[in-house]
Amino acid sequence: MKFVSKAGYGVTGAALAIMFLFPLLWSGWASLRTSSGFGLENYDRLFTSDNGIRPHHIVNSLTVSLLTVGGTLLVATLGGYAFGRFRFPGRDALFLLTLAILMVPYATILIALYVLLGWFGLQDSLIGLSLVLIMFQLPFSLFMMRNSFEAVPRELEESAQVDGCNSFSALLRIMLPAVRPGLITVGLFAFLASWNEFFAPLILLNSTDKFTTTLAVVNMRTASHGSIDYAALEAGVVFMAVPCLLLFAFMQRSYVRGFTSGALKG
Amino acid sequence: MPTTVQRSSQRPLPAWPAAEAARRKGGRARRRSLVGAAYAAPTAVMVGLFFVAPLLLVVWMSVNRWPLLGAPTFNLPDNYAHIADNQLVGSAVWFTLKYTVLMTVLLFSLAFGLALLVQNRRRGVGFLRTAFFLPMAVGFASASLLFLGLLSDEIGPVSDALRAIGLVDGYVSWTSGSSASALGSTMVLVLWRFAGFNMLIMLTGLQAIPVEVYEAARIDGASRWQTFRRVTLPLMRPTIALVLTLMITGSVLAFDQFWILTRGGPDNSTTSLVMVIYREAFIKLDLGSAAAISVALLAVLVVVNIVQLGVLRRRSS
Repeated sequence: MKFVSKAGYGVTGAALAIMFLFPLLWSGWASLRTSSGFGLENYDRLFTSDNGIRPHHIVNSLTVSLLTVGGTLLVATLGGYAFGRFRFPGRDALFLLTLAILMVPYATILIALYVLLGWFGLQDSLIGLSLVLIMFQLPFSLFMMRNSFEAVPRELEESAQVDGCNSFSALLRIMLPAVRPGLITVGLFAFLASWNEFFAPLILLNSTDKFTTTLAVVNMRTASHGSIDYAALEAGVVFMAVPCLLLFAFMQRSYVRGFTSGALKG
Repeated sequence: MPTTVQRSSQRPLPAWPAAEAARRKGGRARRRSLVGAAYAAPTAVMVGLFFVAPLLLVVWMSVNRWPLLGAPTFNLPDNYAHIADNQLVGSAVWFTLKYTVLMTVLLFSLAFGLALLVQNRRRGVGFLRTAFFLPMAVGFASASLLFLGLLSDEIGPVSDALRAIGLVDGYVSWTSGSSASALGSTMVLVLWRFAGFNMLIMLTGLQAIPVEVYEAARIDGASRWQTFRRVTLPLMRPTIALVLTLMITGSVLAFDQFWILTRGGPDNSTTSLVMVIYREAFIKLDLGSAAAISVALLAVLVVVNIVQLGVLRRRSS
């Protein structure tokens, strides 16, 4: 009986694992497959055809990711410190308001943001897009950082104050190293979200020279009248996914740990 | 200062240092609260400028004729009145509801099953968890493009495999052949991409249940099914609530998968509500009408979430 259940577990697990891994492995295979065997021809077409990726698309994507990760870490660290360690008027209201971002449909605010960013002179701008992406990251990031700061023992901070640190140098010298797992999780999430984001750039960016890589790759499908170059498309998928898979492989441990310890408590 | 003088003259002397200390403590607390507010200021600015302001603006836009270019003019009930006349809205509401119900049931069952499969430490569990979660590292738009190729007749292996075992013959178009196969393709994509993420959330819920509870159930002679029914499910309720809320909201707001995989077709049969909003705004260039549909959608979601929270709170108390 025990043997049967063990074998059943092994077979079910293996079958499911194959089903989940197969699409990823297939896209890698299909991106390298050419009419005459294997080679990089599909990648060649990805970077040279009319609707393909251009170097400036990659620069745009990196710019947006960098601004979003940096901005999210800055705002969420200061905010998490405030919410985790201080009491001030309007504290609970602001926290609930930030969490409410999760409840509001993406499309609802993006239409207004399109108009609003135009008023700020940030229409069709990578900075405007990054600011919006930071806002969308805030509920998760602030929640995560608040929990991280709350988990730091009070004595640690008090000893810093006895040593004459003010709250800011206590934050820099004592608190930041203590909340590093939270920072890594928040930063990783912000990178994955901004690197892969599709809907917000679709609405907020108009000119093709401002397009991010995701928009450019999707454009290969949506702008093609007639036949789609599926093989080049899979090359684009692989090109987009590789940085994320690498980051994920390096950081999986802290990512999952940060997720399970911080995000779902309280 | 007269009040302080009066009070100090009425009270015996030892009260002086205590009052002074309290005042200084009050001052320090006030300063600390100012410092806290300063640290929270960037959050407040971001939330105010990029969340509260657009939320108010979208409501204002919904009561104006607001072309993409040109000056807006007030037209109160028009945008809302026109929602009812928009045939696409009707079919999109119906389709989005159908998709939400199907998707939530299937995704929940699969994710819960996976979580139960990998909850205990055994050989190979780490590998399985990674395998199930790995699709999450691929962006959703990329994943949609991946499946577009995977399911295509041109380079995809799915049609070839089915042809080889004689289940289909000739050219098959999964993503745009019929409304049922287009919906099915999308659901397979979403299951693949999101099952692992939801599994991880449910895994944290499962692991928060103390081992002693299971042991007590075992000593009482409970069967596996009884343990699941009477121990696991009730203790998982908060996690299940969170996962269901995420799934329902995510399905109601579906856009990327349909925009990329099915293009809303065939014959608009897989056009979701958010796709209609996008089309009103950026293809018909009528931002006011798009805002009105958005506000209506927002109102429905808020009501659903409040009802859901209310039901859960009542049950758990």
